[in-house]
Amino acid sequence: MIDEVRTMPAAVQPQLMRWSVVLPGLAALACALVLPQFANAYVTEVATTALLYIVLCLGLNIVVGYAGLLDLGYAAFFAVGAYTSGILTAEFGFNFWLTIPVAMATACVAGIIIGAPTLRLRSDYLAIVTLGFGEIVRIIARNLDITGGASGLVGIERPEIFGFKLMQVQHFYYAFLVLALLTAFVCLSIERSRMGRAWFYVRYDEDAAAGIGINRVTAKLQAYMMGAVIASVAGCLYAAKMTAISPESFTFNQSLLILLGVVLGGMGRIPGVVLGAILVALLPEVLRGAGTYRPLVTAVALLAIMLFRPNGLWPDKRV
Amino acid sequence: MTLDLVIQQLVNGLIVGSFYALIALGYSMVFGVIKLLNFAHGDIYMSGAFVGLIVFSFVGIWVGNGWLGVVCALLVSMLAVGLLGVVIERFVYRPMRNAPRLSILITALGASMVLNGTALALTGGRHYAFNTDLGFAGVDISTVHITYTQMVLVAASIALMAGMQAFVSRTMYGKAMRAVSIDMGASRLMGIDVDRVIALTFFMGSALAAGGGVMAGAYYGSVHFFMGFIMGLKAFTAAVIGGIGSVPGAMLGGLLLGLLEAFGSSLPFVGSEWRDVFVFGALILFLVFKPTGLLGRSVVERV
Amino acid sequence: MALLEVRDLRLSFGGLKVLHDISFSVEKGVINSLIGPNGAGKTSLFNCLTGFYKPKGGSIHLGGRPIAGLPPHRITALGLARTFQNIRLFKEMTVLENAMSGQHCRSRHGIVSAILHLPAQRREEEAIRAAGMHWLDFVGIEQHAHRRAGGLSYGDQRRLELARALASAPELILLDEPAAGLNEREKLDLVHLIRRIRDETGITVLLIEHDMGLVMQVSEKIVVFDYGQKIADGPPEIVRADPRVIEAYLGTEE
Ligand SMILES: Nc1ncnc2c1ncn2[C@@H]1O[C@H](COP(=O)(O)OP(=O)(O)OP(=O)(O)O)[C@@H](O)[C@H]1O
Ligand SMILES: [Mg+2]
Repeated sequence: MIDEVRTMPAAVQPQLMRWSVVLPGLAALACALVLPQFANAYVTEVATTALLYIVLCLGLNIVVGYAGLLDLGYAAFFAVGAYTSGILTAEFGFNFWLTIPVAMATACVAGIIIGAPTLRLRSDYLAIVTLGFGEIVRIIARNLDITGGASGLVGIERPEIFGFKLMQVQHFYYAFLVLALLTAFVCLSIERSRMGRAWFYVRYDEDAAAGIGINRVTAKLQAYMMGAVIASVAGCLYAAKMTAISPESFTFNQSLLILLGVVLGGMGRIPGVVLGAILVALLPEVLRGAGTYRPLVTAVALLAIMLFRPNGLWPDKRV
Repeated sequence: MTLDLVIQQLVNGLIVGSFYALIALGYSMVFGVIKLLNFAHGDIYMSGAFVGLIVFSFVGIWVGNGWLGVVCALLVSMLAVGLLGVVIERFVYRPMRNAPRLSILITALGASMVLNGTALALTGGRHYAFNTDLGFAGVDISTVHITYTQMVLVAASIALMAGMQAFVSRTMYGKAMRAVSIDMGASRLMGIDVDRVIALTFFMGSALAAGGGVMAGAYYGSVHFFMGFIMGLKAFTAAVIGGIGSVPGAMLGGLLLGLLEAFGSSLPFVGSEWRDVFVFGALILFLVFKPTGLLGRSVVERV
Repeated sequence: MALLEVRDLRLSFGGLKVLHDISFSVEKGVINSLIGPNGAGKTSLFNCLTGFYKPKGGSIHLGGRPIAGLPPHRITALGLARTFQNIRLFKEMTVLENAMSGQHCRSRHGIVSAILHLPAQRREEEAIRAAGMHWLDFVGIEQHAHRRAGGLSYGDQRRLELARALASAPELILLDEPAAGLNEREKLDLVHLIRRIRDETGITVLLIEHDMGLVMQVSEKIVVFDYGQKIADGPPEIVRADPRVIEAYLGTEE
């Protein structure tokens, strides 16, 4: 599952095809495809969570890894997607698939409201403002009637596709697998394009980027909104899978976990981020008995990586 | 709004505001010298409150739970947490000084989470009572009762801040601090021990936050591992409102924010559950319309 | 009409006046130099011209269009490119990616067409890549195209910065101390390269330089600054003889 994404550049850009990358990638994809046939429900459930984190981490990676912006409230966009889809299906009887574009648009608007004023300023301002934004979205979800208050939203419809209703863990596993592959494809396509390079230019040297003709504010805003859109789509599918969502799924800790996933494997690089996301999904399973020590373990992991392996566990081997 | 309510909210606003100001001041000072926000600042405040509580429960056995105990707790906590700030600077910020800004920010966030996670692990997430017997004696203005404790707290915060301002503007070290904040490289060339000045700034900023933590703990009567999170956010807002990097700005911003919050949440259509949303809105508005804050100066970054 | 017209340009930081009523012009197709002692305000002038600093007064016209106060990316798009005094490459990216960056403002495909892999987007990517290679070839470092930019030698990094600026297809290119840190051989190559820029591409050059030998050799017009004021401008032989210039340089240079 780690390597399947590395096959994407080969598929996209034939001139870069290398068998050493393609073969393990195809093998991993094959494993991912048949996994639910052999694994029990618990393993499938964990794997589904891993896929969800892959989507979220790839989305946040656009903001942090590509554009170099620290977003500490990324879970807010995940919440915007989940609540938009949940409210529209549960309260207004919308078809699930129709809620996705609405959720994307809502996330875009939220992204502009937060991003437009702050992206003009120093990058550390954005970090704190997004931190605040994450809290605010949670407070709003807790205090409004339409979001179900503190107890959350229940009775979200399960989506149907060609008359087939997604019900079981396996169904959602495949749904998230498709979403993860799609997200990886999107990231790869952008990474190797004009806008993707512009994000990297801005990340590595903002002044030089402005000096060669890049509008740094719009470039950052686009990255921020792109990240928001991906999180909101993940939110829609998450709401459909859970059928019930509450504000506590979208805390600061959630944002931190996603960030940890991005940093752990190696920010800015898709294989690294996928690896990080899988590790983050496994973390709660490994730390099952740790109770209140869990956040400390997350924190120490984050600090240790930054101090001792700032390029992540699986860094880029660029010449 | 009746006059009583106005007075009541004025008192509330001043007290919260002076806490905000103390924390914002530390933010601003550290930002001044290293040009970075200290993400761990809110958790340093929280650590201050806990250290204060521990000291308080020990010395309370001998000196009782009155003022003497609180003052001991305040001083010991400021010293200990000031040193904690120095340690964080030494092991987190200094190794990263030449790293990309994004890496420094994430590392600082990691440090902040380690403090927070440690507090959670040690306390199990429980609220701890900070029981003082400072009492409720005080004066009455119409129907509003203002305790002596409240007055002392506001006076103490103002004294701390005034002391800090005097230190920064009068002493050699204060001068060195200002020099480093204007041009680190040139200061080094002029023979200023920049590392030492930065460490000292972290010490003072952290000590102020710890002081705020102990006072807030004693005032509200309870401490909790998560108390630094929202406080960090609000102190940042206060620092932005006042103009980040400016010492008087931090004080002004803190007091204004305290008042804004007290009056804002007593408006009929806002309500206290929306208080934080209200503050956040103020932050966004300031960032849009006056990003340099009320007393801050805009600096043109060298290219 | 001159390509670049600067009139009464003023700039200050707090109380420090960095530029006092600067006026001069740059004619199309001429190689110009800007000289002056350290701290005279040369880099600050470049920063005003390219939008990094907002001047306090005066006007700047590029090809007849006012550009004072515009943001840097707009000014680059209007045809003014620059290099930086302290090399500012995207060190972690490849040499080719650095050169391709200049093409950003000359291309237009965004996120959506990249995701859809539209044929037009593919073609544009090819064109950007080809332009990047072309300019690497022009400055003579195409053999390093796929190396990390930060790993290049100092001289090659300076060339890459030049290639990157040239790739934005400017009318006028500003070079901030392009010879700083180069050895004599590399300086000769640079003189040759600057002449080629003007002769082969028609791009006008304005450079800041402390090496008087190089300045006298390459420039057709020289502007002299001292303490934020323009004290002389004209052809090299006239400027060289100007008593105020000699005075400004006594004890500092030459
Ligand atoms: N962003 C800024 N803030 C404050 N002062 C500045 C800023 N940029 C430049 N200055 C000041 O403006 C003056 C002119 O600096 P500038 O860099 O333009 O000189 P220069 O002619 O390029 O010198 P050199 O030959 O050493 O490069 C100097 O006194 C410098 O300190
Ligand atoms: Mg200069």
